[in-house]
Amino acid sequence: MKSMSKNWPLWEIFIRSKAGLNHKHVGSLHAADAAMAIQNARDVYTRRNEGVSIWVVESSHITASDPDDSDPLYEPAKDKVYRHPTFYDLPDELKHM
Amino acid sequence: MNTESLEKHFNDKIEEDIRIEPKDWMPEKYRKTLIRQISQHAHSEIVGMLPEANWITRAPTLRRKAAALAKVQDEAGHGLYLYSACETLGVERDDLLADLHSGKAKYSSIFNYPTLTWADMGAIGWLVDGAAIMNQVPLCRASYGPYARAMVRICKEESFHQRQGYEIMLTLCKGSEEQKNMAQDALNRWWWPSLMMFGPTDKDSKHTADSMRWGIKRFTNDELRQKFVDVTVPQADILGLTVPDKDLKWNEESGHYDFGEINWEEFYNVISGNGPCNRERLEARRNAHDKGEWVREAAQAYAEKKSRNKAA
Ligand SMILES: [Fe+2]
Ligand SMILES: [Fe+2]
Repeated sequence: MKSMSKNWPLWEIFIRSKAGLNHKHVGSLHAADAAMAIQNARDVYTRRNEGVSIWVVESSHITASDPDDSDPLYEPAKDKVYRHPTFYDLPDELKHM
Repeated sequence: MNTESLEKHFNDKIEEDIRIEPKDWMPEKYRKTLIRQISQHAHSEIVGMLPEANWITRAPTLRRKAAALAKVQDEAGHGLYLYSACETLGVERDDLLADLHSGKAKYSSIFNYPTLTWADMGAIGWLVDGAAIMNQVPLCRASYGPYARAMVRICKEESFHQRQGYEIMLTLCKGSEEQKNMAQDALNRWWWPSLMMFGPTDKDSKHTADSMRWGIKRFTNDELRQKFVDVTVPQADILGLTVPDKDLKWNEESGHYDFGEINWEEFYNVISGNGPCNRERLEARRNAHDKGEWVREAAQAYAEKKSRNKAA
């Protein structure tokens, strides 16, 4: 039975702080299963009314982008200023636009 | 990228105050330093529950009991935030706990002192949580993202810890002669150990230089200790209590309090395992862990059975 004494899996916790807002990552914790992860998340992350809804995702299910790829991933967006409204030169007297 | 340019990239980020995140490249020594500091910090939160838990069932009123329970539960939460932050550096929770239980890992020396009277609940909240806050607030800007974020949560919660402690002291000091003496006695016993919480003096602190350079620490041990003395002495005055240091006096020129020599021999003794309660604290921790083993195994077995049934 000793093999079981290893860590429970790690879960990432997302909390909706109030209705109308999105769930936001707040941290992680260990739990044997999803139901326990939610229970523990309630105790660890919402002791002071920080949330109205909890999502839990096993950490091993998350795929993250590689920080070393950040140039190829995000660089192309940097020179596309024409995607922003301020790029377009319009007269000052123009209203409601 | 080769190691040299990785290191340069890392140093540039530190220089520009850009946070380091778990998957970013970092020097091995930076990682090691963080693991040591964050895990020690986590252990301190968890062991720190024990001296106060001692008084929960004997709190004088329901209001005090509710506050004590909430505070001790917060400390458990602080430990969990920090263990999670530490795990992002590639260590396992079980290994961290094993190091605590074997006596290999350190935790704050303050928790190896006994809580003899109810006034100790006041002194701990006021002084021990006060010193912790002094230490922790600058850590909210630590260069390692997960650590800094854990500290932000912790600092938000600490404020009530200190205030409830000070309120206990205030109530005792406004009470009978006997109650006031109890408060003074608690201050006498907790004052020096609280000053020791900031760690060895700068000239004896072997980790400070690296930690400062890497933005893990923002102030030295002595700077924080001085700040603590400066804000705490006037708080003792309001209580009408005397800080147990005959060398303590306001220094007009420096704008700070001068204070007496800390008994460093006591500090090193307690750190190396010979404080009044070291053995008791570790035993309580080990007991809790060992006696909880069947619960952890049962929960695991239940989770496995459920996922088997789901698959079938
Ligand atoms: Fe804490
Ligand atoms: Fe605290």
